[in-house]
Amino acid sequence: MTKLFPVSVKVNGKVYEREVEARMLLSDFLRHELGLMGTHVGCEHGICGACTVLFDGEAVRSCLMFAVQASGHEIQTVESLGTPENLHPLQQAFHEKHALQCGFCTPGFLMTLVPFLEKNPHPTEEEAREAIDGNICRCTGYEKIVEAVIDAADKMSHKK
Amino acid sequence: MKPVKFDYYAPTSVPEALDTLNELGYDGKVIAGGQSLIAAMNFRMARPAALVDLNGVPELSYIKPNPDGSIAIGTMTRVNTVEYDQEVAKRFPLLPEVAKFIAHPAIRRRGTFGGAIAHADPAGQLPSIAVVMDANVLIRGKGKERWVKAPELIIGPFMTTIEPDEMLAEVVLTANPPYTGSNYMQVSRQNGGYAQAAVASIVNLDGEKVKNVRLVLMSVGEVPILSQKAVEILVGQKPTPEALKEVSEACASSEIDPATDIHATADYRRTLIRTLVGRSLTESIARAKKGG
Repeated sequence: MTKLFPVSVKVNGKVYEREVEARMLLSDFLRHELGLMGTHVGCEHGICGACTVLFDGEAVRSCLMFAVQASGHEIQTVESLGTPENLHPLQQAFHEKHALQCGFCTPGFLMTLVPFLEKNPHPTEEEAREAIDGNICRCTGYEKIVEAVIDAADKMSHKK
Repeated sequence: MKPVKFDYYAPTSVPEALDTLNELGYDGKVIAGGQSLIAAMNFRMARPAALVDLNGVPELSYIKPNPDGSIAIGTMTRVNTVEYDQEVAKRFPLLPEVAKFIAHPAIRRRGTFGGAIAHADPAGQLPSIAVVMDANVLIRGKGKERWVKAPELIIGPFMTTIEPDEMLAEVVLTANPPYTGSNYMQVSRQNGGYAQAAVASIVNLDGEKVKNVRLVLMSVGEVPILSQKAVEILVGQKPTPEALKEVSEACASSEIDPATDIHATADYRRTLIRTLVGRSLTESIARAKKGG
């Protein structure tokens, strides 16, 4: 019989309790058990960055963690940012600067950049490029994404 | 793909972890940060029967500066904790320098210092750095423990002398004497990508002459290669440009066994080593002259 392990995890402020196999990846747990399809799964070996979520406030790869390992911890996914009516400033900047085309990589970029901008509210272009060096985008060529990061940083610091 | 089924143990103390490893024997595999292991399991290249997860053992995560200048690093200390530690940066500037090249920030937040060394990936930076620093590694098992020097620990690609019932518990880095300079250089196609070739060097000067040199060549053999030629040619001598050139040539021609793969040809890797050895030693010597 398949052994199941209890998982109790706070995702986007809400506590979820499930029983899962040890081999269930955190990325699959978020998508299939909790129905939070915003977290995308690309390469499943830590290269593409599409599955990036916040684990206790820090960006990590959800495909390189098991769901059981997240028990007792706090996760934030892209669903925690804005709504279509009220976008997060970073989402707004991505929208205005055309920093996405197909959008598959976007949740990973956003979840990488949210904590980055909190720690570094006025990044240079160079720093912005370094921050996203672990995220792959096959559409944009990155130029627009870098523009969006700088734009979002400006907007977010004016708001404060 | 997804990992095959495995049994899962999450000990909360070192004795419990060692008991579990002892009971599991060859079936047990330690998981630290999992940033290499889970990727390999997702591909089903790794199929451990049982994982012993050390993430719930807080006592394995620490950075302890000792009065003698050495630093002890607990195996579960995250790479980015080492990267940003002030005391580590002061005593071993090589570590923050190399950390920037290890994968990406999101990987370094989860990946561990000890896990990377125990993984012994010939293309991984930390096994090579442990070798060049001659790190003392504490291996623990149920009712036993032993110290191994990093160069003796790593015996093949992804192979160490750690037994199935043991785990890497701590890494101790010995203080550098004054007038020691260090450096890491790599060539890779993008930030965070695997290096086609890399070099780390540590040079200790006595006046104008080299008192001690440690040079490691990475990604050009099955294990990190500690250069003997550098020691033979440089120790007791002035590090003139001619002497450094001699070391570069010797390393590239006789000390490495690079492979040809989709990322680079063996010849290209040889050329990289020839260039990187000279540059890295020159930089380490310049830093040593400033006092280190």
